Amino acid sequence: MKITDQDVSYVADLANLELTPEERTRMEKDLNSILDYIDLLNELDTSNVPPMVQVLSDKAGSAKFEHAFRADELRPCLPHETAMQNAPDTDGDFFKVPRVIEK
Amino acid sequence: MNIGLLTVESTRTAIAQKQITATRVVEDFYRKIKAEDKEINAYLTLCEDRALRQAAGIDEAAGKGDPLPPLAGVPVAIKDVMVTKGIRSTAGSKILESFIPPYDCTAVARLQSAGAIVLGKLNCDEFAMGSSNENSAYGPVRNPRDKSRVPGGSSGGSAAVVAAGTAVAALGSDTGGSIRQPAAFCGVVGMMPTYGRVSRYGLIAFASSLDHIGPLTKTVQDAAILLRHIAGRDPLDSTSAGVPVPDYEQEIGKPVKGLRLGVPGEYFGEGLDTEVRSSVEAAIQQLATDGCEIIPISLPHTRYAIPTYYLIATAEASSNLARYDGVRYGYRSKQAHTLSEMYRKTRDEGFGPEVKRRIMLGTYALSAGYYDAYYLKAQKVRTLLARDFEEAFRQVDAIVTPTTPTPAFKLGEKADDPLSMYLADIYTVVADLVGIPGISVPCGKTKSGLPIGLQILGKHFDESILFRLAHTVEHGRAV
Repeated sequence: MKITDQDVSYVADLANLELTPEERTRMEKDLNSILDYIDLLNELDTSNVPPMVQVLSDKAGSAKFEHAFRADELRPCLPHETAMQNAPDTDGDFFKVPRVIEK
Repeated sequence: MNIGLLTVESTRTAIAQKQITATRVVEDFYRKIKAEDKEINAYLTLCEDRALRQAAGIDEAAGKGDPLPPLAGVPVAIKDVMVTKGIRSTAGSKILESFIPPYDCTAVARLQSAGAIVLGKLNCDEFAMGSSNENSAYGPVRNPRDKSRVPGGSSGGSAAVVAAGTAVAALGSDTGGSIRQPAAFCGVVGMMPTYGRVSRYGLIAFASSLDHIGPLTKTVQDAAILLRHIAGRDPLDSTSAGVPVPDYEQEIGKPVKGLRLGVPGEYFGEGLDTEVRSSVEAAIQQLATDGCEIIPISLPHTRYAIPTYYLIATAEASSNLARYDGVRYGYRSKQAHTLSEMYRKTRDEGFGPEVKRRIMLGTYALSAGYYDAYYLKAQKVRTLLARDFEEAFRQVDAIVTPTTPTPAFKLGEKADDPLSMYLADIYTVVADLVGIPGISVPCGKTKSGLPIGLQILGKHFDESILFRLAHTVEHGRAV
């Protein structure tokens, strides 16, 4: 077993997920079965293989993305009201959230 | 006119030649959707008023004799992972149940400015994570060819509406096979273009180094027409490539004589259904008869593709899905009293089991102490997979394989075993990992009538050759 119940709680914490006890048990089983399968990768010696950073990183690759470097100029963006229209809670100017610091 | 049989080509011709009005076409489609889609469950949201307004605009222009845009009046439907201005976009998730985007996805905007009419938004696996469409928060989609079976996923709704004739064509997205696998299961054409060929602006992100948008259509010609309209550089997506877009439609009907086709042994081994095998082999034989040179090749790292994919895709997803926190848009739990509780409860109540599983796996693979063993290792194996293809494309012009190891499976058959579900994508994930284009084209049926797909893979930015070969397969097939 690679992953224990404690690991599941730790990772859930990192991911901001609140799992029920049933979900945690199921998660432990599923993750272990997937990670066992992923162990297949250890058959390969990759000590001299560079990691992939871009799938089109051949010689011509970078030229295809030259336009990604543009001048940092102000461009039109969504009006404030429109950007706020899906907010679950707002005072009109800001997003409202529950209190961060306890009294 | 049987609207279920309309193609992009025949619809635009019928409207341009005034055999039918755009309004009539749109009304007929909504009638068909309302009568037939309840059972299939492909549509999540319809936008009837907007579609009829757009159709009226086209009919008015046609009445005045104004020149019509190239896709005038063609009814399309959009996978719900693409945002549409003013139309609810859920990504198949409860967490976006009432999200009304303030802008349009570039691919959708391009289709609309070419005159296409959006009928509605389509069901899919939650955040495009799945291979059967059973991971949707809005219920599974049924395969129109056999309603006891899945349509494939994650673009299950997109493949289903094309197969059922409840849209002329659809857009889908492909991260590990999500356009090609459902296309094969539903007996339609599914095209995943090269990474960077189509802008992802407005595509709700799953795994950014793997996500692609592409068309699902009844014919190869339709896929060529739609890709041309959605492809090309977009200033709003810095990963969209500055590569000229050819007129793919001109490839339709060009001879394939002399093309060198690679057949990788690794794709015809254990686990391949015998009926799928014989159908795919017959299609390859037919391409040989048409003058292609068939060359056995090896892609030695194939068996490592699925484990590599599930590390990279989940790592990227865990990062991309961090944005769903209940603060700015989407669902917010009403049970929370502190900020931290709000994040957790919102995500716990808003995400389904598969999405949580992938966020957990990805977070684990990126966490301190495991990054080198998992994420970095996977990115190195990805380089080896890319080298397999570089090597192969020195000898061949394209590669032909089955799209899926089996035909469409039954609803519920794999739902409890995530690993066996992941293996449904075994022949499709590599193309996403190495960024090359792939198309699935119907090449036959099983004895019980289930569709079978042939997959053709090409070099970066060489979608043209895929259209040429796929069209040959389509027309050589005994219908």
